Amino acid sequence: MRVAFLGATKGMGRALARLMVERGDTICLLGRSSVDLERSATDLSVRGAADPVPSVVCDLEKPETFAGAVDAAREALGGLDAVIVTAGVFAIQEDLEADPLLAERLVRVNFSNTVVFCEVAKKALLDDGGGTLCVFSSVAGERGRKPVIIYGAAKAGLTHYLEGLDHKHRAEGLRVITVKPGFVKTSMTAGLEPPPFAGEPDAVARRVLGAIDRGAPVVYAPAPWRLIMAVIRALPRAIMRRINF
Amino acid sequence: MGEPPISTLSGWGRHSAPGRERVGEDLERISADVNLSRGLGRSYGDASLPPDDQPTVLNTTFADRILGFDEDTGLFRAESGLALSDLNRLLMPRGYFSPVSPGTKFVTLGGMVAADVHGKNQHKDGNFGDHVTALKMRVADGRVLECSPQQHPDLFRATIGGMGLTGHILEVEFGMRRIPSQWIWQESRRIHDIDEFQDALEDAAPEWPYTMGWIDCLARGKNMGRGILMTGRWAEADQAPSGAPKPGFQPRLRFDWPEWVLSGLTIRMFNELYYRKQWRRQSSGIVSHESFYYPLDAIGSWNRMYGRRGFTQYQCVLPREAGRSSARRVLEVLTSRGGASFLCVIKDFGRESRGTLSFPRPGITLALDIAVRDDTQDLVDALNEQVLQEGGRIYLAKDSFTRREHFEAMEGVRLDEFRAIRDRWDPNRRFRSAQSVRLLGD
Repeated sequence: MRVAFLGATKGMGRALARLMVERGDTICLLGRSSVDLERSATDLSVRGAADPVPSVVCDLEKPETFAGAVDAAREALGGLDAVIVTAGVFAIQEDLEADPLLAERLVRVNFSNTVVFCEVAKKALLDDGGGTLCVFSSVAGERGRKPVIIYGAAKAGLTHYLEGLDHKHRAEGLRVITVKPGFVKTSMTAGLEPPPFAGEPDAVARRVLGAIDRGAPVVYAPAPWRLIMAVIRALPRAIMRRINF
Repeated sequence: MGEPPISTLSGWGRHSAPGRERVGEDLERISADVNLSRGLGRSYGDASLPPDDQPTVLNTTFADRILGFDEDTGLFRAESGLALSDLNRLLMPRGYFSPVSPGTKFVTLGGMVAADVHGKNQHKDGNFGDHVTALKMRVADGRVLECSPQQHPDLFRATIGGMGLTGHILEVEFGMRRIPSQWIWQESRRIHDIDEFQDALEDAAPEWPYTMGWIDCLARGKNMGRGILMTGRWAEADQAPSGAPKPGFQPRLRFDWPEWVLSGLTIRMFNELYYRKQWRRQSSGIVSHESFYYPLDAIGSWNRMYGRRGFTQYQCVLPREAGRSSARRVLEVLTSRGGASFLCVIKDFGRESRGTLSFPRPGITLALDIAVRDDTQDLVDALNEQVLQEGGRIYLAKDSFTRREHFEAMEGVRLDEFRAIRDRWDPNRRFRSAQSVRLLGD
């Protein structure tokens, strides 16, 4: 599989990219810092025992870079079979409430800009006859919850967008996969107390790769979060109002 | 984002201290205001634990990228949080292995440098630090710099085996070794007492790249030091089964065993059975490198076997000059006090490492796993007094009970040199651990 990967330098993206190169997929890295991209490219090329891994600077904060970056990735790989997006920003609710500019940035990057990136990626994939667009949203987008009001709202918007995209384009051969990670132990969640069922990036990566191969439209990872979120979605508002989950 | 709340950090022996870990992929960015690094927490004692007054430590395990590998020369470079288990998984199938590996693969490259680990090939290949060609470090004044035998050689030497007290190790460069297969040709042999053991290790040294022995520590008198000598070498490709060893079922201890489980009686039974297992005088065969190198890694969280209070590993080296009988005298200290060691390992060391405070020196090393009980401090004190008399020293990666006066007496001029290097690089003693406060006073 030829994959353009936005966000493979850290966390779950790093774990997923490693899994993919180790089984022989070819990847082009997209990311903000050329120094960081270079380091991850070396890591992946040694792990995959493959040719140098190409990389292209692409900043999720700068939508004007998207089209050029996706084109460059497509050229470097000689075509595109999949685009994966794990990049995004995170902040705790408290900090977002204290700083409206931070809240604006988070919603812009995680929702609007990610949507714009997906529009660009979608076009490129459809031009090549379809493929897979796999995007990391979050269980935070399942329901309005006190600890993740703003982050969750951005992810809810993203989840909706991705579902619509999947419905519209599946018949044309474009499979859109929405990943909904629960709590995963990465540097993103480093300051937070891990709840039960907190997952490891490697296990999440294996599950996501399975979903990509099967074309499953929605994947919760780690698996127990599917059930947890089913319960949360079913809770009456009166109860949601009382709990702090 | 904020720091996590202060909780409890512990070493592999479950010795613990209040602390919290800062994690992240970019060590250069997040290491500026923390004063100790920690990897997978496999040092047994308090080496990776923070001192009381600075509870935050840097956890390096998310910094695990490979930064270069030359298949022709074997030269390898990676961020310091890369685990040996990951390295083995990736490069063993391609015919490369770490030049030195400790008895667990769940260690980071940074930890392997900081403890200057040794393995079953110490008598031939020295320590891990002997194969390190360069380190990237963040030092106390905030600079990020490269050190090597040519660049800042004093910092380089003091960092190898320096238990993280000279700065943060950010990147490690070393030479990987070619291996013909992932399998080991192993021979094991029954040994009747401690003197025979030392002869056997000495005889095996020129012939075998890997040697070590297991001792039944409860056997006394004429049987003292009986056990099994294990020797091995990489199997040639035509001797080895085709393909890689398959990972077996990996059990994991889910809870702390109650303390009565490891009583004098059960330890005696285990040791007796283990000794009887080698019922033939000698046996040989092909085994996977995992079962040869990392037998204990097969059981996850095996340290829980020792219960809530945990255990300590007492590891000392007795110099050649102390003579054959020195090992017997140290074991006598253990048995005369009724001390029961569940597992006891013996190994010969060939040479001293280049690390300023590195553990090995030519002689015999003994490692005793001892469950922590009310009398453990007294037992370690008594062992240390004997080791001092023999002119030996202890391994910091294992220690949590040694007293400062014993440590200072064991290390003498080496400690003076280490302090002088620390004075140059960290005069205000930013880099400290619970262990450095206990053993060095700062």
